[in-house]
Amino acid sequence: MARVVVDVMLKPEILDPQGQAVANALPRLGVTDVTSVRIGRRIEIDFDGEPDLDRAREIADKLLANPVIEDFTVSLAEVPAETA
Amino acid sequence: MTMRIGVVTFPGSLDDGDAARAVRLAGAEAVRLWHGDADLHGVDAVVLPGGFSYGDALRCGAIARFAPVMETVADAARGGLPVLGICNGFQILCEAHLLPGALTRNQHLHFRNRDQHLRIGSTSTAWTGQFTADQEILIPVKNGEGCFVADARTLDELAAEGRVVARYVRGNPNGSQRDIAAITNEAGNVVGIMPHPEHAVEALTGPSLDGLGFFASVLHTLAGAPASSR
Repeated sequence: MARVVVDVMLKPEILDPQGQAVANALPRLGVTDVTSVRIGRRIEIDFDGEPDLDRAREIADKLLANPVIEDFTVSLAEVPAETA
Repeated sequence: MTMRIGVVTFPGSLDDGDAARAVRLAGAEAVRLWHGDADLHGVDAVVLPGGFSYGDALRCGAIARFAPVMETVADAARGGLPVLGICNGFQILCEAHLLPGALTRNQHLHFRNRDQHLRIGSTSTAWTGQFTADQEILIPVKNGEGCFVADARTLDELAAEGRVVARYVRGNPNGSQRDIAAITNEAGNVVGIMPHPEHAVEALTGPSLDGLGFFASVLHTLAGAPASSR
């Protein structure tokens, strides 16, 4: 089995209110040296045969990310033997 | 001849019943369309209603965009068919790239449900011809992801081309850039609006009857259009 990981992040210029809410909560944990938190999404795609980065990129561009507000990166990942 | 206006139901649509009711109150026949059926059954216009299509999985509207009915709606919209996307329908139109920009989480992260004042910015769309320029209307807004965002160039273009159909006034409920509540495409046949005109069509249940104006407008547009263009 071949796994491709797609990481989706809001573009830097798009406000991330969820990240801000987390950042605002950190002082309650005693953490005071964090200047910014931004939240994205990691998507794992398992292909039947060889990993197909081009198709993963197409899937990411058309569905997994909204290019109007999000950037994405595509990479290969090792699948742990016991879960493969 | 009675106009026939399609109302699409996706899995998770909530306001399809109210949208169909608004269509009937405006004097047209409401034709229920199903997400899995690519046939538009010859309707004269289409409403994409509010709700949580496909459970808002991934992003609001992201999955609905690929429903069989949406491929036909997108083609017909590019050909001039009047399409109104309300709330989740607006999100679907943006995901389908029929409208620019995107709808994101409300800036304050709270769901907002209240009666909302809007100012009509364009009366030259298929859905707003019966309003007057700068008219203030009052219709309900109810969303968690209604914050309209787009890059500065797109926002400038929308303003310069008169494509901001309505702006929030007396308070922006979700942080939308430049108080944008509704926009249209270049041709003016596709309109996306975050608040809910279909909930303001009867004195018993709505804050006003202002919502009827959108449905009356499209009927007027259709009555004035030559049949060959439909």
